[in-house]
Amino acid sequence: MIANYLSLSVILFCLGLLGVISRRNVFTVFMSIELMLNAANLMFVAVARLYESMDGHVLALMVMAVAAAEAALALAVVILLHKHKGNLDTNVFSLLRG
Amino acid sequence: MEHNVNFLAAIPMLPLVGALILGVLHLLYCKGIRFSEKIYGILACIGPALATVMAVKVYFNLRLFPEETRFMVQEAFTWIQVGEMNISMGFLADPLSSLMLLFVTFIGTLIHVYSVGYMAADENFPKFFSYLNLFLGSMLILVLGNGPVVMFVGWEGVGLCSYLLISYYSTDTENVLAGNKAFIVNRIGDLGFVLGMAFLFWGIGSGGFDYLSLRENAHQLTPAVGLAVCLLLFVGATGKSAQIPLYVWLPDAMAGPTPVSALIHAATMVTAGVYMVARFSFLYVEVPLAGTIVAWTGILTALLAAIFGCFQRDIKKILAYSTVSQLGYMFAGVGVAAYSAGIFHVFTHAFFKALLFLGAGSVIHALHHEQDIWKMGGLKEKMPITYATMLVGALALAGCPLLSGFFSKDEILFMALASGHWGVWLIGLLVAVMTAYYTFRMFFVVFHGTPRDQHAYDAAHESPKVMTVPLIILAVGAAFAGYLNIPSIFGGHLQVSHWLAPSLAEHHPHVSVWVEIIAVLSSIAAFAGGIYIAWKKFGTVSAEEPIYTGLKNFAYHKFFVDELYHYLLVVPYQFFGRTIWKAIEPFVTDGPVKFAVWLYGALAEAFKVVQVGYVRVYAIYMVIGLSVLSVVISRSLNL
Repeated sequence: MIANYLSLSVILFCLGLLGVISRRNVFTVFMSIELMLNAANLMFVAVARLYESMDGHVLALMVMAVAAAEAALALAVVILLHKHKGNLDTNVFSLLRG
Repeated sequence: MEHNVNFLAAIPMLPLVGALILGVLHLLYCKGIRFSEKIYGILACIGPALATVMAVKVYFNLRLFPEETRFMVQEAFTWIQVGEMNISMGFLADPLSSLMLLFVTFIGTLIHVYSVGYMAADENFPKFFSYLNLFLGSMLILVLGNGPVVMFVGWEGVGLCSYLLISYYSTDTENVLAGNKAFIVNRIGDLGFVLGMAFLFWGIGSGGFDYLSLRENAHQLTPAVGLAVCLLLFVGATGKSAQIPLYVWLPDAMAGPTPVSALIHAATMVTAGVYMVARFSFLYVEVPLAGTIVAWTGILTALLAAIFGCFQRDIKKILAYSTVSQLGYMFAGVGVAAYSAGIFHVFTHAFFKALLFLGAGSVIHALHHEQDIWKMGGLKEKMPITYATMLVGALALAGCPLLSGFFSKDEILFMALASGHWGVWLIGLLVAVMTAYYTFRMFFVVFHGTPRDQHAYDAAHESPKVMTVPLIILAVGAAFAGYLNIPSIFGGHLQVSHWLAPSLAEHHPHVSVWVEIIAVLSSIAAFAGGIYIAWKKFGTVSAEEPIYTGLKNFAYHKFFVDELYHYLLVVPYQFFGRTIWKAIEPFVTDGPVKFAVWLYGALAEAFKVVQVGYVRVYAIYMVIGLSVLSVVISRSLNL
């Protein structure tokens, strides 16, 4: 049973990663990050269930709280980015080019 | 048995705190927040005055103790602790330091009071007194320190303050150069002091590095190390106390305000070298050769400076060379192991030299900063108090019988004779003649005869009370300080020498009373001879400014020693510096530095390509990095 959960988690994580790397819209990147977080959450909960320990559950709740906080912050950043340049293409924001 | 007390540190702290307060007030002064000069003056004098009171208290406390335990110590805090070296910021009051303390604080206070009058309407009034307080505080640390290291703190402090005060009128390049010269020449001496301390520590430092422990362990020093220590410390003393070959800074130090000259010459700074040699008397008695070298250096300096003094025309330079000359006497004294005589001459000299400088300052003040004696003359009626007090000072300096300088100088010459140093004694006598001559040459030219510059004469006036009262007090001191140490031939008991005895390693030679009589009579004859020549040449007639030719011109230009030093030391050194600057620095030392700069630039260019600026690419970097990291970790964990 546990293998299915772990497989799902890994698949979700890879999808998220792929999204972060390949998409250019800031919103999509952000949603991909959320997907990766939730993949991690799923792994925590599954492994906690396997070892019958509460630590994983606690950690999953914590990640949710952090994700919520991060969402609040990141959405504000997105709004500012839009105000600044008028679009949300990550290629537009390349000031760190060497 | 040790007497631990807690008030010794307060003595140097009082002027130091004064210096701090006045320094802050000076900053406010520069910002435009100004108080009257009276307030600054009172603040400046209060620290030294309280220190004087404390010094008297220390003296009376010490009197209560029996002779063998007549000292007090205070260890403020542990300062340096490295391996077996444990040096505390400690203070020691014993008969030697208490005597120094008494006259340093007393004369320092008088000079502070006098300065309030002399420096009136100066544009940096609080700054001057801040420096002056710092100077006195440093000197008190020097005197009270319980070991060579603490002494060195004060030693450097007075060096710094002399620099600050000599170049006080810093708008004039010449004054700044004089300050630089004093500082640099002193640094050369300081190197000797530091090396001497290092040798001393290497020799007997493990048993404790304060005077009391060093004194107990002094006999463990091997003769060679002992000689090295004594001579290196003496190099330090020649710098600070202006002896051959490092005396050149002191006459130039006249660039500072006159009260500063008085402070440097009388109470602080130049007496430090003599004090140091006396302080280390327990080392010098072990090495008679070092003592002989000190004595001969001293007496030759005395001779040289006296020759220069006879031909100077600047009133302050005459006094400066006389200080160098008198310091030579003191070193002759401590060199022939007559430490108490040397210190006693420091003591009396402090009174009459402070008096002479302050008197000269009074004259200069009255003549609106004229220092050339050939533009003075006939000031006797115009400035009666200055005249009378300067007369006392001049007589004391010249060694007039029954005044202070006579007793102390005679004691040194007698001890030189009694210890078998004939040469030192004979040259000492010759210098005594010259001392009387140049002192009264100056005195007669300035105060007697007819005015040489009628305009300046008409404008001259007696100085205000704040300046004349210290003069009168010092005149009393200069006249009677000698009675503290009357030799047995005059029915005295050498009280000062007996008081100093516990601090010094001194043996009084037993010689027949005739030696003493010869010494006294020859001293009186020397005084009379010198003053007679001066009277013949300058007293009876209103002498005109002489034109020096030949040998006299050579002496007037101070044997061209300054020029000699310039071409022998300064010019080669500058050449050396320029060679390094032009030839070695750009290629040898700068090479690696410049290569490093280039290397970083090139590396940055090379790595620039990976910085594409797209956030997705950075995410890929992260993924690659994390992947590599997880592979490495899993490998190392053998998963």
